[in-house]
Amino acid sequence: MRTLLKLSWVEIKLFIREPITMVFTFALPVIFLFVMGGVFGNVPDPEIYRGVGAIDFYVPAYIGLVIMAIGVVGLPGHLTSYRERGVLRRLRASSISIWSLLGSQVIVSFFIAILGGILVIFVAMAVYGVSLPKMPDLLIPAFVLGTLCFAAIGFLLGAIFPTTRSAQGVGLILFFVMLILGGAGPPREVMTGAMQIIGDITPTRYVILILQDPWLGFGWAQKASLIVAGVMVGATILSARFFRWE
Amino acid sequence: MKPIIEVQNLRKTYGTTVAVDDVSFEVTEGEIFGLLGPNGAGKTTTVECLQGLRHPDSGRVRVLELDPRLKAAELRRLIGSQLQESALPDRIKVWEALDLFASVTPNALDWHVLLEQWGLAKKRRSSFSSLSGGQRQRLFIALALVNNPRVVFLDEMTTGLDPAARHVAWDLIRAIRDSGTTVVLVTHFMDEAEKICDRVAVVDQGRIVATDTPQGLINEHASKVRVIFTTEQADLTWLSGIQGVQRVTKHGPRVEVEGGGPLLALVAAALVEHGITPSDLRVEQPTLEDVFLKLTGHSAED
Repeated sequence: MRTLLKLSWVEIKLFIREPITMVFTFALPVIFLFVMGGVFGNVPDPEIYRGVGAIDFYVPAYIGLVIMAIGVVGLPGHLTSYRERGVLRRLRASSISIWSLLGSQVIVSFFIAILGGILVIFVAMAVYGVSLPKMPDLLIPAFVLGTLCFAAIGFLLGAIFPTTRSAQGVGLILFFVMLILGGAGPPREVMTGAMQIIGDITPTRYVILILQDPWLGFGWAQKASLIVAGVMVGATILSARFFRWE
Repeated sequence: MKPIIEVQNLRKTYGTTVAVDDVSFEVTEGEIFGLLGPNGAGKTTTVECLQGLRHPDSGRVRVLELDPRLKAAELRRLIGSQLQESALPDRIKVWEALDLFASVTPNALDWHVLLEQWGLAKKRRSSFSSLSGGQRQRLFIALALVNNPRVVFLDEMTTGLDPAARHVAWDLIRAIRDSGTTVVLVTHFMDEAEKICDRVAVVDQGRIVATDTPQGLINEHASKVRVIFTTEQADLTWLSGIQGVQRVTKHGPRVEVEGGGPLLALVAAALVEHGITPSDLRVEQPTLEDVFLKLTGHSAED
């Protein structure tokens, strides 16, 4: 337990000392928010954006974006580089358990997701005057579930990718495909059928849905939350199966 | 006394490459035990099997009476380890690494003392990536010791250290042994093995070819002494007649007389008798290097 907490604290400090990751994780969602806000404004239109204003639609989506960035870009690259450079080997030889290692990454993921989420909300409130989430009691469990799901995906990708370069390359492609088609890009209503289908098979879509529904006051997204939980369990089992120290 | 490490018929292959062929040895509590051999001899694989970092194909291994295959996690808390190919995150600070690795056990040493001992006190706030090779190496040794292990494995610990730091490291390792920790030292440096190991196993091509104290190995396998001097005198055939002389070689003015027994005194007396008084007369005692050459037919530092 002591090791888990120490390792988590060290990892949080390491994250803060890595400016490029910081910018990518925190600045990108804010930039998107400004672009989408500038293009679409926040006037509700029943034809698109589930009938709400664009900014109201995108704020929870960009919280999802922060969570996704952790799971497909941050964590896999981090774990593969640790493995490639012999950091995992070093930790293992000093009897730091896999539970401390992965547990610390979960804690760091929550740290990043909370900070990034607060940043998105703060900017959206300051610049666009969006209202606060309508159902915070449902939003919080959705946020926890979504973050755990993408942390598990991050472990799985980190276990599968052979090198840091492949993790970064493939991770970025996944990131942008899921960003654009998964519900944080153009409104679903303007996408072609094929684009909608691809969007439907990304976990991002469902993580965004479970955040968006309580945010907008639509309640708990039952079906989406089951999908997210399923992906989380599946990714956890597979990453335990494929995890390698070296 | 029961040995603290027992290895019987250890074997480990990677595909068709035999890394460790058939290795058996025992380490007694409180000694510095050396595995000496060239790169690729199987030393690292052997100690990795002892730490449960690799699984042997066959053979029996016990460290602190634990089987590393089954009790790796329990074992790693009791041992310290300095690995050849490992690293820390670039931006972790020296003190953070020590503090983290100390947290795995309630019996950890005070890492501030280790920082002083290993010459890292001024670097405690430096990031890992800014350390020199020697500083990194010293940090890894300190990390291997911070959990106050009963057995510590040091794999090529003085690689990258300058000569002064090597001597400091040797003194500190002796002090660790004197405080009761057993040390298993993997090295390809003959002088290192000879200076600090209580016993040495000579490893070559996945097998142990001899195990003894450094002096015991020398006495048994390399008792030859060399007397070396220079002279301009051409006819030296009489040197071969001296008692104990086995071989005389000449490279220009440089003469090497090889043999056993009280060679230096006899050669010196004969030289004076023949009117030769070289100012550079010296004797070379055999070293582990000679033992190694004799046992394996090649040099360890190849």
